[in-house]
Amino acid sequence: MNGPHDLGGQMGFGPVAPEPHEPYFHAEWEKRALGLTLSCGAFGAWTIDESRHARENIPPAAYLSASYYEIWIRALETLLARHGFVTPDELKTGRLETPGAPPKRVLTAEMVAGVLSRGGPCDRPAEAAPGFVVGQTVRTKNLNPATHTRLPRYARAKTGMIEAVQGSFVFPDDNAHGRGENPQWVYTVVFDGPEIWGEGSDPTLSVSIDAWESYLEPV
Amino acid sequence: MSGHHAHDHEHDHAHDNHYSDMQARVRALETLLTEKGLVDPAAIDAIVETYETKVGPRNGARVVATAWSDPDFADWLTRDATAAIGSLGYTGRQGEHMRAVFNTPETHHLVVCTLCSCYPWSVLGLPPVWYKAPAYRSRAVLDPRGVLAEFNLSLPETTKIRVWDSTAELRYLVVPMRPSGTEGWTVEQLADLVTRDSMIGTGLALQPEAAR
Repeated sequence: MNGPHDLGGQMGFGPVAPEPHEPYFHAEWEKRALGLTLSCGAFGAWTIDESRHARENIPPAAYLSASYYEIWIRALETLLARHGFVTPDELKTGRLETPGAPPKRVLTAEMVAGVLSRGGPCDRPAEAAPGFVVGQTVRTKNLNPATHTRLPRYARAKTGMIEAVQGSFVFPDDNAHGRGENPQWVYTVVFDGPEIWGEGSDPTLSVSIDAWESYLEPV
Repeated sequence: MSGHHAHDHEHDHAHDNHYSDMQARVRALETLLTEKGLVDPAAIDAIVETYETKVGPRNGARVVATAWSDPDFADWLTRDATAAIGSLGYTGRQGEHMRAVFNTPETHHLVVCTLCSCYPWSVLGLPPVWYKAPAYRSRAVLDPRGVLAEFNLSLPETTKIRVWDSTAELRYLVVPMRPSGTEGWTVEQLADLVTRDSMIGTGLALQPEAAR
């Protein structure tokens, strides 16, 4: 979707502000926000793609004025309510009303090391052979779905080159919406800076994205 | 809920006045989910402790220093970064599928996630605020030299800049160039020269004097 998260090439956000000796967390609640998000992810009720979509669905004014972990918490509340673990009333009052849906698992302290070190690999075998080869010129499609996609706006309808075939992976555009994993080949597609940014752009720049096969067409 | 919030100390950040609201909101959510038996506060403590003390840029620095010291490892890292990095024990969340890109005198690599904040947690730990913020995510793909200047990094005009937007599940590790004057150094000594920013591409490896 063309949400507030799709930031590549936007202007007006001011300079990057590196913080010397930045701490991992700037407030105690950020630690809990991280831990809550990961703990609830362990329920097995939603995928990383659905949680990304919940974040990009936050209205632009709220998204752009929220700190990062605030975005996480807003999305987490949406997911918890959508999947029946809490009610909207419970979120408002903080008072328990119903037990809610049972999760597949509850993350305990003993499970944390194993869960974090396993992670969630999302490579899956694809049914067909790759449709593109290294060195081939391709064009990204001009897609503007209202649903989740990982094709950034700045890289739509642009001509680039297949630089690498990265393997086949869960297709987020489907997986975010409960339509299955439907794995596809993923390619690193490299674009010359001027192809994307046009006249006056840095001639030494090239930009690549990792694109699922259905984002691309041959030229 | 026992002492998990015993060390609260709110920083009064001028750039974000939502902090006290968020403190209350997150605490209420944790309390509710704990009462429902859905979360274990001790698991949250364990997650935080992992990323505060165990998983951080030292992991990536060891990967880079090993690649500098051992051509076979560097070759493995080029061909299959996930396996090479895994051989050093760095696996897991947000590092399931790794790719290493090597800076050269001709080409400088820079990593961004314009769509969210994809970042190789298993080798660099949790990302800094600037990496997740709109200023970096918007301009890294459009004006990387301008962004690098804000990190006090200025590259020769002829150096090509290659920006990697992490739009899929691959996570990127930049291998900076090895500083000269480090011949014969051990992996541990070399790792001290490898900064987090140099592995994102917003910095270079430190010069040998800096390690002293």
